[in-house]
Amino acid sequence: MENILQVKNITMVYPTGVIANKDVSMDVKKNSIHAIVGENGAGKSTLMNVIFGKIHPQEGEVLYKGEKVSFKNPNYAIKAGIGMVHQHLMLAPDLTVAENMILGIEPKKGKIFLDTVNALEITREVSKKYGLDVPVDKKIKDLPIGVRQRVEILKALFRNAELLILDEPTSVLTPQETEILFETLINLKESGKTILFISHKLSEVKRLADTVTVMRDTRVITTRDASDLTEEKIAHLMVGRDINSGRIGEPENPGNIRLAVKDLSYVDDENVQILKDISFDVRAGEILGIAGVEGNGQSELISIITGLLKPADGSVSVDDNNIIGLSPRQIRELKVSHIPEDRMENGVADMASLEENFIVDRYYKSEFSKNGKINWKYIKDYSVDLIKRFNILTQSSKTAAGALSGGNIQKVVVARELSSNPELIIAAQPTRGVDIGSEELIHDLLKKARDDGKAVFLISADLDEILKLSTRIIVIYDGHITKQFTDCSNISGMDLGPYMLGVKMEEGASGKIHS
Amino acid sequence: MEKFILKYFTLIRTIIAILVGMIISVVLIYLISEMPAYSIKQFFLGPVLSKGRFANVIENASPMIFCGVAIAIAFQAKQFNIGAEGALFISAAVGTAFAVSTGMPTVLHVIMVLVVAGATGAIWGFIPGILKAKWGASELVASLMMNYIAYYGGLYLINSHFRDKDAGFLVSIRLPETAWLPQFMPGTRLHLGILLAVIFAFLGYYFLYHTTSGYEIRTTGNNQKFAKFGGMNIVKVIVLAQVLSGMLAGLGGMTEVMGIHRRFNWQMSPGYGWDGVIVAIIGRNHPLLIIFAAFFLSYMRVGGQILNLMADVPSELVLVIQSVIIILITAEAFLSTWKNKITIKEAERVEVANESVTQ
Repeated sequence: MENILQVKNITMVYPTGVIANKDVSMDVKKNSIHAIVGENGAGKSTLMNVIFGKIHPQEGEVLYKGEKVSFKNPNYAIKAGIGMVHQHLMLAPDLTVAENMILGIEPKKGKIFLDTVNALEITREVSKKYGLDVPVDKKIKDLPIGVRQRVEILKALFRNAELLILDEPTSVLTPQETEILFETLINLKESGKTILFISHKLSEVKRLADTVTVMRDTRVITTRDASDLTEEKIAHLMVGRDINSGRIGEPENPGNIRLAVKDLSYVDDENVQILKDISFDVRAGEILGIAGVEGNGQSELISIITGLLKPADGSVSVDDNNIIGLSPRQIRELKVSHIPEDRMENGVADMASLEENFIVDRYYKSEFSKNGKINWKYIKDYSVDLIKRFNILTQSSKTAAGALSGGNIQKVVVARELSSNPELIIAAQPTRGVDIGSEELIHDLLKKARDDGKAVFLISADLDEILKLSTRIIVIYDGHITKQFTDCSNISGMDLGPYMLGVKMEEGASGKIHS
Repeated sequence: MEKFILKYFTLIRTIIAILVGMIISVVLIYLISEMPAYSIKQFFLGPVLSKGRFANVIENASPMIFCGVAIAIAFQAKQFNIGAEGALFISAAVGTAFAVSTGMPTVLHVIMVLVVAGATGAIWGFIPGILKAKWGASELVASLMMNYIAYYGGLYLINSHFRDKDAGFLVSIRLPETAWLPQFMPGTRLHLGILLAVIFAFLGYYFLYHTTSGYEIRTTGNNQKFAKFGGMNIVKVIVLAQVLSGMLAGLGGMTEVMGIHRRFNWQMSPGYGWDGVIVAIIGRNHPLLIIFAAFFLSYMRVGGQILNLMADVPSELVLVIQSVIIILITAEAFLSTWKNKITIKEAERVEVANESVTQ
C-alpha cells in the first residue's frame, strides 16, 4: 500500500529551548487508521503541528502524497487535503452548525450576502454523504461535546480532507460517545480516508488502529502493525518499563464522616442553576470519586467546599464545623487541602520560585516566618526536602514553577497539598496532563493518604482514574447526582456512562451513606 | 558564551538598547546641530564635567527613586497605579501647609512634616486601592482622576491659603528653618533627601522580598487566583500595596520641598511620578535596580538640559531622543529572536553533549 504521508528526520526545538521532536521519522499508509501513542511531553502534538504547518521544524522534511511539502500555515495544509480535529474544539459557539461548516468559504448571494438557505442545504448534504448526523440549525453551544466533535470532523471532510488528524479525540467523551466516534472513524476509513489519531488510552488504540507509532521522550521508538502488539507491550514501549494499572485494594474500614454536604444548590450570575440539592458524605479512610462529564457543576462544587464561592442554599461541614462563609484560609486551618483542577490558574504562580509556591498556604506559620520576617533559609531546606520526597525534576528550589514540565508542576502542587498534614483532601483532576510515571506516583500518594485514615474527595474527568481509586462513586449530571455506586469492585465505564449523560437516573440518588 | 548571554540576557539587552539609543541620538544630533561634535559631548559628558551638574543628577534622582519604588510596589501587586504624581503633589502641598503652620524643635519638626506628608500620600493610595479591591473599580482610572484632584486641590491650598504675598511669583510661604532637610555639600543643593531615598529603596527591597506582607504582594501580583486559593486576603494585600505606594511618593515630594527650595514652588506638576513609572519599568520593579535606573534617567535629563542650554538642539528634540532610548530599553521583545536562536543552539548543544555521554 502506498504512503499518503511520510515524515523524515524531523527535529523541532521551541524558542524556549525545549526540544520536542528529535530525529522523528514515520510513514502513514493510505487508507488506514494510524495511532500515535506516547506520554504527555513525548512530542505527539508537536509532530502533528509540524505536519499541519502550524510550526516549522529546524530539520527534516514532510512528504505528502510523495511530494515534499512545507505548509506556511494550516490554511495551506487544509487546501492540500489535511484536516485536523483539535482536542479543544475550534468552533464558534454562538454560530449554528451550518454557519460553522461554511466559515471562511461561505456561499454568497449576489457576491455579498450570506446564502443561509444554501448553507443549510450544503451541510445537510455533507452530513448525509458521510453518514454523520448533526442538527444543522442548532447553535454549537447548545450541543453536547460529542456532537460538537462530529461537527468538527464534518467540517474537515467538507473541505475535502483525505487525511484526518485527531488530537486525543476521546479525552472529552463519555464511553457511549466514544463508541459512536469509533464507528464513524471506521466508516471513514472504509470510504477511503486516512485517519491519524493521537491517544494515550491503549485499549482504544488496540481496538481501532491498523498501525501504531510509539513515541517516548521526543523520539519515535517504533512503528508497527497493531496486530503485533498487546496493550501491555504498548504501555511498556511508551514508558520504558512495566506499569501497574489495576484497581487499588479496598480500604480497611472507613471511619467518621469528615465532609458532609447537604442539599447544596448554587445559582450563577446569569441565574442558571448550576447545582441542585447535592448531598453526600466523605468518610475518613475512603476515597469518594465523583464522575461526570466536565462542566456539570463539579468546578462550582469544589469552589464552594474550599471557600472560593458562596452557595445559594444548603450546608457544607468539615468535622461538624459549618464552613459556609469561612475564608479559604479558615477552611485550610480545619486541615483541608485542595489540589485544584487547573494547576496553572489556581495551583501555582508560574513566575514565582518553587520555594514561593510551596509556602503559599503556610508562610505565616511560625516555622516559616517570625514577626513578619520570612525565614528563607528554612524554606529552602524545606523545599529541597519536598523536591526530593516527591521526586520533582528541577534545577533548584529557586527555579520558577513555570519552567517545569506539566507533570512536575503538578507534583509541586501535590507535594504542597499533601505535606500540610491534611485530614480531608480535595483532589480535582489530580493527574490531568501528567506523564504515566507521575500519575502512578500521585495515585500511590492518594492511596497512602486513604490508608492513613485521611478522607479523599476525588473529582476527575478521567473515568479510569475514578474506577481505579474510588471506594465509592457518585455520578453528577447537570448539577445533580444521578447515581451512587457503593460497591465499585465490579463496575466499568459503561455502567457509569448513561448516568453521566443523564439518560438514566436513580430516584433519590445521593452520596449519603444509608445506615 | 551562549550560557553567559542567556544568564545575563536582560542586562545585555539593556546595554545594547542604550547603545542603539545613543547611536540614534548621535545621528539625530548630527542632522539638527550646526556643531554636532560639541553637542554630542555636552549631551553625553555634560553632566560629569562639573561638580554642580553632577550634583544636579543626584538631586534629580532622589524623587525619582522615591516614586520608582512607590510604583514598583504597586506594580508588583499587578496594580496599575499611576497616581504617584498626584500623591507626590498633594503630599508636598499638605506637608508644606503643616510645616508653615506649626513650630517645633528641628529634628521633631522634620519628622512630623514627613509623617504628615507620608500619611497624605497613603490616603491618596488608599482611595483607588479600596475602590479596586472592594468594588473592582479600575485603579488606572481612579488614580488618574486622583492626580487631577491632587493637582488642583494642591494649587488651591497653596495659592489661596499659604501663598507668600511678598514673593514675585506664585509660591508658598518659606518653610521654617526647623523643617529644612540639611544640604551637606557647599556649592551644591545635595540634601539629606537623597540619603533617605536610598534608605527607603533598601527598605522597599527588604519589605518586598523578606517579609510576609511583601511575599503576599508579590504572590498576588504573580497570580491573584493562586494567592486567594492559598488563603491570602486579597483586599488587604491590594490596599496595603497602594497605601505604601502613595506614602513613598508623598515622601518623595516632601523631601524635595524640604531639601531644595524650602517652599512649595510648583505651579506645574513636576513629573517625577511619571519618571517613577519609567524607572520602575527599567529597574524591573526591583527597588535596588531602581536606584540605578533613576540615576540613569536623571543623567539623561540633566544631559538634555545642558544640551538645550549650551548647544543648539531645542528641548523638544532632547525629549524625542530620550524617549527613543527609553522605548528601546522597555521593549520586552527587543532582541527576542536573537535570544530564541541562542536558546535553541544551546539546547541542541546540551542534547548532543548528553548523547555523547550516554553512548
